[in-house]
Amino acid sequence: MSALKIKNLTKTYANGFQALKGIDLDVDIGGFYSLLGPNGAGKTTAIGAVCSLVEITSGSIEIFNHDITVNSEAAKKHLGVVPQEVNFNTFDTPLNILVNQAGFYGIRRNIAMQRAKKYLGELKLWEKKDDIARSLSGGMKRRLMIARALMHEPQLLILDEPTAGVDIEIRRSMWQFLNDLNNDGTTIILTTHYLEEAENLCRNVAIIDDGLIIEDTLMSDLLRQLKQETFVLNIEEKSMKDLNLAGYNFIVRDEKTLEVVVDSEHGINELFDLLNSQNIKVVSLRNKSNRLEELFMKLIDAKNFDKKVTS
Amino acid sequence: MNISLNLIAFYTIVRKEVLRVIRIWIQTIVPPAITMTLYFVIFGNLIGTRIGVMGGYSYMQFIAPGIIMMSVITNSYGNVVSSFFGAKYGGHIDEMLISPMSNATIILGHIAGGVLRGLMVGGMVTIIALSFTNLELKFPLITFSMVLLSSIVFALAGFINALFAKKFDDIAIIPTFVITPLTYLGGVFYSINLLPEFWQSASKFNPILYMVNAFRYGILGTSDIQINYAYIVVITFVIILFSLSLILLNRGIGIRD
Repeated sequence: MSALKIKNLTKTYANGFQALKGIDLDVDIGGFYSLLGPNGAGKTTAIGAVCSLVEITSGSIEIFNHDITVNSEAAKKHLGVVPQEVNFNTFDTPLNILVNQAGFYGIRRNIAMQRAKKYLGELKLWEKKDDIARSLSGGMKRRLMIARALMHEPQLLILDEPTAGVDIEIRRSMWQFLNDLNNDGTTIILTTHYLEEAENLCRNVAIIDDGLIIEDTLMSDLLRQLKQETFVLNIEEKSMKDLNLAGYNFIVRDEKTLEVVVDSEHGINELFDLLNSQNIKVVSLRNKSNRLEELFMKLIDAKNFDKKVTS
Repeated sequence: MNISLNLIAFYTIVRKEVLRVIRIWIQTIVPPAITMTLYFVIFGNLIGTRIGVMGGYSYMQFIAPGIIMMSVITNSYGNVVSSFFGAKYGGHIDEMLISPMSNATIILGHIAGGVLRGLMVGGMVTIIALSFTNLELKFPLITFSMVLLSSIVFALAGFINALFAKKFDDIAIIPTFVITPLTYLGGVFYSINLLPEFWQSASKFNPILYMVNAFRYGILGTSDIQINYAYIVVITFVIILFSLSLILLNRGIGIRD
């Protein structure tokens, strides 16, 4: 059984725009999936279809073996959604928003109150429970939407850009929260534009572009496809005049900074050996850009190139 | 369908709607109280004393049931159309649409909310009316059943309006251009027996005439139409509008892409 199984899903809007051109996706129970893609690729439409907010044109969607059109009540019970846009009643209080949401799932008020206390507490919103929701900060609103999605304790949680526009401190605390949730058994699907977020959190990745899934694999396998990585090395101050890094493309940025392109044939250990042999000590190193970002751009560029060639 | 789940969901919507009415009482309760008081003062007291008897009752007594019914139907309609469209506009309609509750529960919850507001305002207008005139309740069952059914009809109409509405202007068009004229021409302020024969016949196509007259019959025992016709008309409207609401919601008209 899968947490989510999408088969040949298509969606054509009334104006003729084909947002989804036949996507297949199989999300294992307990998985942590990222669904990536450029703006307008079809991510939000796909999520909308899973939540039954978008009428599908053809194909099927099953949530924990329940088809969303045939057995929508059972399917919906398993699903929690955190949308991209703030969509709660901003004139209501966080406590009411959560308790009402639980009510829509048939959860009794006394249980709903306990859960609201739990999730508002865990997401550091308990102090704000009686404030008018519109007065909350952007980060608080995002956390409130996460708490709302958890009120019926779904087994599958879909988050559409949950950390968009929130500061790094809150983003990291949200990562920790989502990780804990996944470790407790909740299957999570995440869309994000922060590829570092996807790389850190997710074990699987699907890339959607122009209404089609162009990659669906393990995050580790995808990252292994990266044949070259550019590292930025901070080194102890030294003259680089006679630097010899045969087999590597490199740029000396200044007397303390070196940029080296490392391919999978040579590897980083060889580079360290070479630097050691010339008595150059590395203080620290980092990727010049996010690895997933590089791959993502390559895949999207390749797709666009194919499209141009075909046309 | 899980009945327990849907009952809790229904209660949640109704509770939310009632709290909304109470929270914004200055918009929901006060305006009809002021408007209806003005009707009683101007039409009942000032003009009514010169009109004399109508249908065997003082003019104030004659118009009181119609004014109460007018406040019930406009508020039932107004509550559902503004609340449901507000939820659509703000996006929090999605909270209900992604939940496992049935579409019938979504409709019934909002209709109950609209009916309760209609009855709250109707009760308040009745108290105001009683400070101007005496009203006896001749047929309580007819009075309550007719006010309830009429309220349901207009709450359902408000729901359908909200489904189709794309902007705030769209929720004002039907009340302004349809409900208000039909209400004023529905025998609230006059007996249709005063009209020429053609207009008497034309008035019988106005469903509000049946609601007002049946309600007036329940209170005063006088009516321009037969009460059983009123029930047939109102119950038919309830069935048609509920079915239409359900079909529209199931098809996602106005709420799903």
